[in-house]
Amino acid sequence: MPVREGVYGMLAEFNTPSELVHATEMAHRAGYRRMECYTPYPVEEAAEALRFHKTGVPLMCLLGGIAGLITGYGLEVWINVWGYPLNIRAMPLFSWPAFVIPGYEMTILFAGLSAAFGMLAQNGLPQLYHPLFNAPNFASGATTDKFFLCLEAHDPKFSVSETRAFLEKFSPVSVVEVDH
Amino acid sequence: MATQGPIHDPETPVDPMIDPRTGEYAVIAPGHNFRSVTQKIAGIVLTPNTPLAWWGGLFLAGTIALGVVIAVTWLVLKGVGIWGVTIPGAWGFAIINFVWWIGIGHAGTLISAILLLFKQGWRNSINRFAEAMTIFAVCCAGMFPLLHIGRPWLGYWLLPYPNSMNVWPQFRSPLAWDVFAVSTYATISVVFWYMGMIPDFGTLRDRAKAPIAKYFYGLLSWGWRGSTRHWIRYESASLLLAGLSTPLVLSVHTTISFDFAVAAMAGWHTTIFPPYFVAGAVYSGFAMVLTLAIPIRKFYHLEDLVTLRHLDNMSKVMLATGSIVAYGYGMEVFMSWYSASHWEFFMMWNRMFGPMGWAYWVLILTNIAIPQATLWWRKCRVSVWWLFILSFIINIGMWFERFVIVVTSLYRDYLPSSWGTYRATKWDYMLFIGTWGFFTTLFLIFARLAPMIPMSEIRMMLPQTKVRPGGQTADRVVEEAL
Repeated sequence: MPVREGVYGMLAEFNTPSELVHATEMAHRAGYRRMECYTPYPVEEAAEALRFHKTGVPLMCLLGGIAGLITGYGLEVWINVWGYPLNIRAMPLFSWPAFVIPGYEMTILFAGLSAAFGMLAQNGLPQLYHPLFNAPNFASGATTDKFFLCLEAHDPKFSVSETRAFLEKFSPVSVVEVDH
Repeated sequence: MATQGPIHDPETPVDPMIDPRTGEYAVIAPGHNFRSVTQKIAGIVLTPNTPLAWWGGLFLAGTIALGVVIAVTWLVLKGVGIWGVTIPGAWGFAIINFVWWIGIGHAGTLISAILLLFKQGWRNSINRFAEAMTIFAVCCAGMFPLLHIGRPWLGYWLLPYPNSMNVWPQFRSPLAWDVFAVSTYATISVVFWYMGMIPDFGTLRDRAKAPIAKYFYGLLSWGWRGSTRHWIRYESASLLLAGLSTPLVLSVHTTISFDFAVAAMAGWHTTIFPPYFVAGAVYSGFAMVLTLAIPIRKFYHLEDLVTLRHLDNMSKVMLATGSIVAYGYGMEVFMSWYSASHWEFFMMWNRMFGPMGWAYWVLILTNIAIPQATLWWRKCRVSVWWLFILSFIINIGMWFERFVIVVTSLYRDYLPSSWGTYRATKWDYMLFIGTWGFFTTLFLIFARLAPMIPMSEIRMMLPQTKVRPGGQTADRVVEEAL
């Protein structure tokens, strides 16, 4: 768990994605690990620099899809064979082709909901408060046109003065200390 | 979709909207940066001055939407007998309008999902309001079958749930498949649409001045802060949802076509229905996107973001799907002869020259003749006025397609003694016209409260996004740091 009091991290603001990616890469090479980039649109190069490659979203989607298939198709089979068997046009009780569409739709429904809500859950959203919202320049830029790198205080290499000096080498627009 | 522009000599002034390297219309007008596109789109929502025309539009649309309230109230009081549906024409307006509205919705999903998978960057400008269109169209569509069942307050009987009557839905019927297809479609569309708006709600939260707006968008954004790890998961989820929505949208109209095709009715019992229904749905949906996009880009001055390139590309999609639809009509006529089935042949003859033959020729004129005669020409495809008019013509045509399919097969079937006719009543018209108002009302509210164009996706299309490697300085900095 992150520290709940004191400094959250050191936030550097950049004007271009290139500067951000460069600074992130250098911070990683310098040994910083607890850090995060904040950008107004997805910057894949920043994820590369953070060495963040794999997400759990596809797996959740797959599991959701399998659960949906079993639920949907299983429900139909149960209803038609055991729960409420009806003779329709002398078709067999287990008329598997007729059950394909609802089973398929349930697969998509469960998979889609798992992907969307799984993504939000893995991102820890909703999270209406975050320390970074305390930084005066964060709100005006991070979701509009500025690129931020935050080196977090619970990184063992973090020290207020050294980290600030480190970040200032990349000529950012500003370096701000963010409190919890 | 390469659009070859005119080759000009260097002396003459060049249209700034045409990219000189490719000769194509630019997807986004030159000279924009992250902040300018954000301001442009967020400004529409965050302005404290609601345009007077918006209030006027809302008033008009709301008044028309009252037709739904009145027609549904009367329907609930009196029963479906107030409609024109009767034996043999038991489907009537309810099913025509259901298929028409849900077909319109399909273009939104096509734009947001299929064009995303095909990496068609131009879709970014139009996908948000096309998705909104999908959801509102599905709202209108869902109303009709629910009312058509006669006792709409028992609509939940359609769902499989344990009950004291100990009965379950009959899963061998396409009508039960429809319930699953349409409800899944509505749910996934809403989720995809809302998920797409989360980062933009974050932008609105950060740019809002009024505390209530800050609070409102803050809640809607779920605390989005643009973290890179979040973005990567978000992109992954978007891609997965696009991959799921693509077969979903195809399956929905396929299932709807099964409502017809599974029945042993001349003119319905054909294998061409699924592809031809899907193509028709996309055709009418793109027409509706144009109906909405053209006034929006004009009224909100979004010509820089929804450019002629978009109109041209959408026209080409309409041309392609319209041609598939034309092929479908041709094949229906051919098969009615080639099948050597007396009933099929009579159905087609009756459809063309029977008492309701006029509807068939209206359909051919509006869906095939007029679009095919104009859309093959680039001049027509980039003429804003013509496209606006044509979008209405095509949607009238697509409505008549469903009218022809539903009515002309049903009212004269195998047994001449059971022939009848179909005539819609004023309540049918009131409900149908009311749904236009309902749709427009929802759309106007959406345009006022949510970003119509996805800001984060527009930012990704700007040239400033290119990341250049650190190079020499990188090594120097790392030396100093260590």
